[in-house]
Amino acid sequence: MSAVRTVLTLAGLTLREAARRKVLRSLAVLTVLLLALSAWGFSRLDAEFGGLTSGEARLAASTVLNLVMFGFSLIAALGTAFLAGPTLSGEVESGTALAMLARPVRRSTVLVGKWLGLVAFGGAFVTLAGLAQFVVVQVTVGYWPPQPVTGLALLAAQTAVLLTLGLLLSTVISPMASGVVAVGLFGATWIAGVVGGIGDALGNEGVARVGAVSRMLLPTDGLWRGAMNAFQDPSLLTQFAPELGGSPFFSEAPLTVTYLGWAVLWVVVVLGLAGLAFSRRDL
Amino acid sequence: MTAPTAGSTTATAQRLLADLPPSPAVWCEGLRKRYGRRTAVDGVSFTVGRGEVLGLLGPNGAGKTSVIKMLLGLVRPDAGEVLLLGRPARDPQSRARVGYLPELFRYQPWLSAAEVLTLHVRLSGAAVPASEQRDVLGLVGLGERAGDRVGGFSKGMQQRLGLAVALVARPELVVLDEPTSALDPLGRVDVRDLVLSLKERGVAVLLNSHLIGEVERVCDRVVILDRGRVAAAGTLAELLGSRELRLRLDGVDARAEARLAATGRLTRSGNWFTVTLAEDEESAVPALVADLVALGVGVHAVEPGRISLEERLLAVLREGSGAPS
Repeated sequence: MSAVRTVLTLAGLTLREAARRKVLRSLAVLTVLLLALSAWGFSRLDAEFGGLTSGEARLAASTVLNLVMFGFSLIAALGTAFLAGPTLSGEVESGTALAMLARPVRRSTVLVGKWLGLVAFGGAFVTLAGLAQFVVVQVTVGYWPPQPVTGLALLAAQTAVLLTLGLLLSTVISPMASGVVAVGLFGATWIAGVVGGIGDALGNEGVARVGAVSRMLLPTDGLWRGAMNAFQDPSLLTQFAPELGGSPFFSEAPLTVTYLGWAVLWVVVVLGLAGLAFSRRDL
Repeated sequence: MTAPTAGSTTATAQRLLADLPPSPAVWCEGLRKRYGRRTAVDGVSFTVGRGEVLGLLGPNGAGKTSVIKMLLGLVRPDAGEVLLLGRPARDPQSRARVGYLPELFRYQPWLSAAEVLTLHVRLSGAAVPASEQRDVLGLVGLGERAGDRVGGFSKGMQQRLGLAVALVARPELVVLDEPTSALDPLGRVDVRDLVLSLKERGVAVLLNSHLIGEVERVCDRVVILDRGRVAAAGTLAELLGSRELRLRLDGVDARAEARLAATGRLTRSGNWFTVTLAEDEESAVPALVADLVALGVGVHAVEPGRISLEERLLAVLREGSGAPS
């Protein structure tokens, strides 16, 4: 009972920190900027290429939507990774953690509370920004993704995976370094995914395996590909699959349940490791 | 008193239990901690009784803060046992009634002072109404700043807030690690009064401070740490032992000098006479003064003095550094 209260207290505190530390404001500014840019881009797309067939128009809209959504996932990743880092090691370094952890609370409970707050924050951002983007695309080019809920949920899951990694890193290295490393790994996995995609397109198994392995080690790219699959028009697959194989903003298959299960297990294990590392640390 | 019946047996048992002396606020034994190859704490044991004020003294690097952090579960001891308010310190609930002001104090800069207190009340699991929380802020001199963000506070104000955090959840034990390091002289007096009022209310206090005068004024007992070990421990009277009396006199003849020497060891420098008194001989002072006056001695000044804690501490530490460790 008291553990639940501690978790909720810490989650609320983390959300309040995000709101008051101007993270929210800078995120909002970035998001509005990206939304405005994409609205302008989509309207130009419609005006300049008025002569596109409906299939080509859908392809263009769908690809550009995925590109913009990638921008959002990047913002969410950067925002949460740089929030997750300072939240633990920063508080330990500054001494804020001392008074709190001398209360009748378990460190792992505190960690889970922070994690929950960060997941709620990242998830809410991705959902709101994503929905706004859908509206922009609908208004400008009349395209609405086939599975918006699944896609946004997977995007939120991707954010959760990255911030869990950020939390684990911040229990062992300094706050800034943990943010940098988390975002670096996120980027590396994405590139490995692109490389793997090219391998797939060329029929080179060795290269394709790079993507598959990296997607297991850090499930951000796998979840992102699942989200893209939910955003793009399903008819593209049959029409343009050969040409699009290897494009970083096109996903050929939805996620398997097994992969989703792996992602959940990955989060639980990494969070457990973070809890263990944090509990054993001398403050 | 009525004759005991079957129904009152439980009540009697409960009364017996309640009459048992409560477990000490802090009990620790054989605490040991190494950081790499350096032994920071080496077999430290002591007890803080309920309602007792214990001072922890020692030079920099003696292991005071490490000991405090081990008591509170912030640092894992390599060996040793800790009981807080009767519960093993491994159990987080042992800290439910413990308030702590860390040496390195900092509170969420994006919260207001009142919000920091509310957060700590919630984490402690206590039910402390908002009005009582405001009173605690008033007690440390932050009553007017309750709604201000902590980020705008000076170091001294943050330390005052830290004191409020340590006091807010109705603690039975308060651990203060260098509570006056950022405070001006007025603030130090406030802290001293605060500790004394805690003692009056039966709250145990563990005080780590460099300011020996502070410790001497408020502590019942003192533990002196040196290089990770307990170098000396005891009540102030035990540690400081003898007291002395300084007198400025004129017209001292042989009889008067003999009278002075009869009271205790006598030393003289010019008009100043210093008599060393045994521990319980303070009552001899009025008689001595009356006799001196009767002997025709002019008594200009009578000053009770005692070996200061500072002198005693330095002596203990010098002894320690002379001996091989």
